[in-house]
This record gives sequence, C-alpha cells and structure tokens, in this order.
Amino acid sequence: MVRVARRVLSVLPVLFGVSVAVFLMIRLVPGDVVDVLLGTEGVASPQRLAELRRLFGLDRPFYAQYVDWAGRMVVGDLGTSLRTGRPILPDVLARLPVTIQLTGTAMVISLLLGLPFGVISAVRRHTALDSVVRVAGLVGLSMPNFWLAAMLILFVSLYWRVLPTSGYVYPSQDLVGSFRSVLLPALALGVANMAILMRMTRSSLLEVLRQDYITTARAKGVSERRVIYRHALWNALIPVVTVAGIQVGYLLGGAIIIEQIFALPGVGTLVLNAVTQRDYPLLQAAMLFIAFAFPIVNLVIDVLYSYLDPRVRYD
Amino acid sequence: MTDASSAQALDTSSADHDRDGRVPRWRRRNPLTLVGALILTLVALSATLAPVLAVHDPLEMNPQRLLENPSRDHPLGTDEFGRDILSRIIWGARISLYVSACSVAMALVLGATLGIVAALYGRPLDDLISRVLEVVFAFPAVLLALGIVSLLGPSVRNVIIAIGVVYTPVFGRLARATVLSAKERDYVEAARGCGASDLRLAGRHLLPNITAPLIVQTSLSLSHAILAEASLSFLGLGTQPPAASWGTMINTGQRLIEFSPWVAVFPGLAIMLAVLAFNLLGDGLRDALDPRLR
Repeated sequence: MVRVARRVLSVLPVLFGVSVAVFLMIRLVPGDVVDVLLGTEGVASPQRLAELRRLFGLDRPFYAQYVDWAGRMVVGDLGTSLRTGRPILPDVLARLPVTIQLTGTAMVISLLLGLPFGVISAVRRHTALDSVVRVAGLVGLSMPNFWLAAMLILFVSLYWRVLPTSGYVYPSQDLVGSFRSVLLPALALGVANMAILMRMTRSSLLEVLRQDYITTARAKGVSERRVIYRHALWNALIPVVTVAGIQVGYLLGGAIIIEQIFALPGVGTLVLNAVTQRDYPLLQAAMLFIAFAFPIVNLVIDVLYSYLDPRVRYD
Repeated sequence: MTDASSAQALDTSSADHDRDGRVPRWRRRNPLTLVGALILTLVALSATLAPVLAVHDPLEMNPQRLLENPSRDHPLGTDEFGRDILSRIIWGARISLYVSACSVAMALVLGATLGIVAALYGRPLDDLISRVLEVVFAFPAVLLALGIVSLLGPSVRNVIIAIGVVYTPVFGRLARATVLSAKERDYVEAARGCGASDLRLAGRHLLPNITAPLIVQTSLSLSHAILAEASLSFLGLGTQPPAASWGTMINTGQRLIEFSPWVAVFPGLAIMLAVLAFNLLGDGLRDALDPRLR
C-alpha cells in the first residue's frame, strides 16, 4: 500500500508541471484573451482594454494568476467558454463518455486483433505467415488514421452500406446502434495501435521464448502449445500492457481528428472547436483534462503491473 | 505519432557491426529494408526534381477539367479546381519531407543535447531536465502539436516548431539513458583520467557511442513527423491552401469521397508509402544494430 502511495505521489510533480505548462502556454503567446475577444468586437479604447484585463485578472503577476487559476481548477471550476459563455466543466463531462467509448472500443479492437496476430507471428517466426503479418503490421502503422477513416467510409458505409457514415447514437437510446455508430471510427483509430501491440507481442514473446526456463520446460517434455500459452505468453504480455498504457495517449490524440470526421460529440471535437474559434479558456481546460488523463491512466496501469509481475515492486 | 518505438530504438546494446567491408548481414537477410530505401529514394527524388517531374503546375486551375477521372493527361485525375493530382502529390512530397526533416533535426539536436547534459552532470540538473521532458511527454503528441500551432498560428514554420517540441523528449530520454549506460564504461573513465573536459568527453567520446540508437530513432521519428504534418494540414493548421500538401489534399478529398474518391485516395497512398519507407528503414537499422529483436 505504501509502495502504491509512493507511486501515486510520484505522478504529482508531472501533473503540476503539466498544469504550469498549460497555463503558461496560453499566456506566453502574442496577444491575450482580451485581444481575442476584441478581435470580434472591433477597436477599443485603452481604458476599456485595461478594464477588461483587470476583469480577467491579466494585470496581476504570473504566479498570482497561476495560483488563482490552479485553485479554481482543483475545485472543478474550469472557467467559462469565450464563445458560448457557458461553464466548461459540464460541457467536458457531457462529452467525455463519447470519447471514452470511442477510445475504449479502439483499444479493445486493437487488443483482440493485435495480440493473437503477434503470437502467431512469433510462433511461426520466419515463415510466409510471419512475413505477411509483419508487413500488414507495418502497413497498418503507416496509414494516417484520417485517411483510413475516409477509406472506411467509402467502402464500408457508401459502397457496402454496412455501417453509418457519421453521427452518434447514445447508448441510452439504442445500445446496438451506439456500438454501430462508434465501430467504424474505432477501427480507424485502432488500426495503428493494433499494429504496435502486434509488433510488441511478437518481439516480447520471442524474447521470452529464448529464456532458460522455457528451455527447461521444453527439456522436461512439456508440449510446445503448453510452453507458449502457459509459460511464455503471460510473461510476454507484461511489456505489452505497458505499451498499451502509453498508447492511450495516442488514442486520445487521434480521437481529436476521428471525432471530427465522424461527427462524434466527444472531447476531441470540443478541442478542435476551441482551436478553430480561438476559445483559449476552453482549449486550456480541454488540454489540461486530456493531459491529466494520460499520466493518470499510466499510473493505474503501473500499479496493476506490480500485481501482474511480482518482480516489479516500488522499492 | 506513436511512442512505443523509442524503447526499441534504445535497446541496441549488442551491436553487431560488419567490420570488413562485406555486404552487411542485415542487408542480405532483410529485403524489406532495401524496399524501404528504394521507396525513400523515389520519394526524395520526386521531392527534389518536382519542377521537372510534375508535368502540370500544381496550382494551375482548370475550370474545364474539374474532378476528372484518372486519364492519360491526368494519370491520378484532377481535383475540384481542375488541378492535376499527380503534380500536386509530387510537390507535396517536398513540403512533407522538408517539414519532417526540419522538425526531427530540431528534436534530435535539442533532445540529444538535453539528454547528454542531464546524464553527464547528474543531479540537480538531471532532475530538472528529466521533469521538463516528462511534462512534455505527458501530452498526447497530436494534442500538444495542435495546441502549439493554434497558439502560434498556422504556418509551415510553426508546424516545424510544434512537431520538433513534441518529439524532443523521445530523443532526450533516449540520449540520457544511453549516456548513463555509456558513462560507466572504461573508455570514459580513461578519458576522464587523461583530463578530458566535459565538452570533449561528450563530443568526442560519448556522442559517437550513442549515435546508433539515435539514428534508429531518427528514422522512426521521421515517419511519425510525416504523419503529424499531414494531420495538422488535414485539420487546416499546417500548410495553407493553395500550396500542395498531402494532408490538405485528403481534407478536400474526404468531402468528395462518394463521387470522386481519387482526390483523397492517392495523397493517402503517398503518405502511406513515405511513412512505410521510414518504418522499414528504421526496422532494418534496428535489426542490424540489435539482432535479438529480429
């Protein structure tokens, strides 16, 4: 428990650094929130500018602004959108389940396809099947997800008419329809991830299969099937779990593009709206939200990892 | 834009070099690496010789030939302004390679310098640099690049800065880890014993010994940078129209996908080929430097 607590504490400096980076990022660029606001309203007098800057607290020193801002963030006040005038947090929370559903489905697809193909590739090393799987993996890794999305829309939705081209159905409305609405986006998002997990499973399994305890198991007459699935695979999967955790960041980033293509009302779309509308408080909040999610997910995986692999302890 | 590759690039401890000028084993054994090198040469040649190879002006609009199917005149068809897609793809290679090369060079120089300094000087500088790199690493790559470009404004220069910043931690962590392990070797002790300065130690002794994993990572990062540039351009934050960029072309083509699929299909294939080439090359280099991972 103490070890876990220590690992939890170790993530705090990163979260602090992330919050400082997000805070400074917005403030170090030329112009500020007031310039953006007035950009749409025309020229204002110096008095009006000063008044607005005082209103937003921009006339105070950076550290004072940060303490104030961070204090509000901690209690869940992510600020107000410049464009809609609405509080940001309810908007983010309303959209979060869509992004979780999308990235979760993408991860499940990647694991369901990536792990078995990685195992097959390692077990049938240097055969035609291995070559096909490896080349397919490399191709999957090389495809831009937004292009793959366009191709999936073209073939699966427009030619074969199997799945909808875009739009989102909430699970509360129709569970099957909801799954169908995220299946294509999740495929587009998950293919590169699948390729990475497949390659990682292959190299990790090959590494484990070279170890002494595997040779011992074989020497004792254990069947090859049992050697692979009982002795080698579980140990080989440990680094794959870590990589899968790191890939959560990739999926969250990819969701920004994929949600836009498939018109999914997730956090990614919110980020993109903030960018195109120069809604800095919204961009700041969304960046902070996603950038916090990434180390926290990795922390959870790290803690789970210590249970999966007894060799890993936080000493 | 993936991060798992950095771990693989790092693991090159059992380097197996060809010492007597024969064809290296990895080249004989791995034809895919040659395929990668060949594709890359073709892409680089088309980028360099774009003014000669592109039959049509990539910006020339032709209202009489809007969204034409691939034909002898226009082998890959035309777009919604009647511009030749093949010529635009050839010119697009220039932008794509230029942005990815500049951004990865920036990440390599910045990251390697920070990594070497951190490993060489130890605490407290190491802690500071490591924490900063960790913070940058905590942001998903697309999100960070998007954030930087949206704040600096959309332009090729800003895309280079954004992608460069995004990939700096990968090189920093790699260089730090490799130098930390190299630092314990006898030749470093010997150089120190002979009175070598820190600068000489880093430049003359450590850098040459950490280049192998950095080269592998450079190749892999170039593939990620091409994808990142295309993603930003696709979102309208990278290369601005009417300049020919693969990502922008797919953005336009995506809207026309039902009736004129060629507008999006071919630029996507171009990206895929370029990225595949760097991945194949990176894989081949890694296999050559660490045969255990083959």
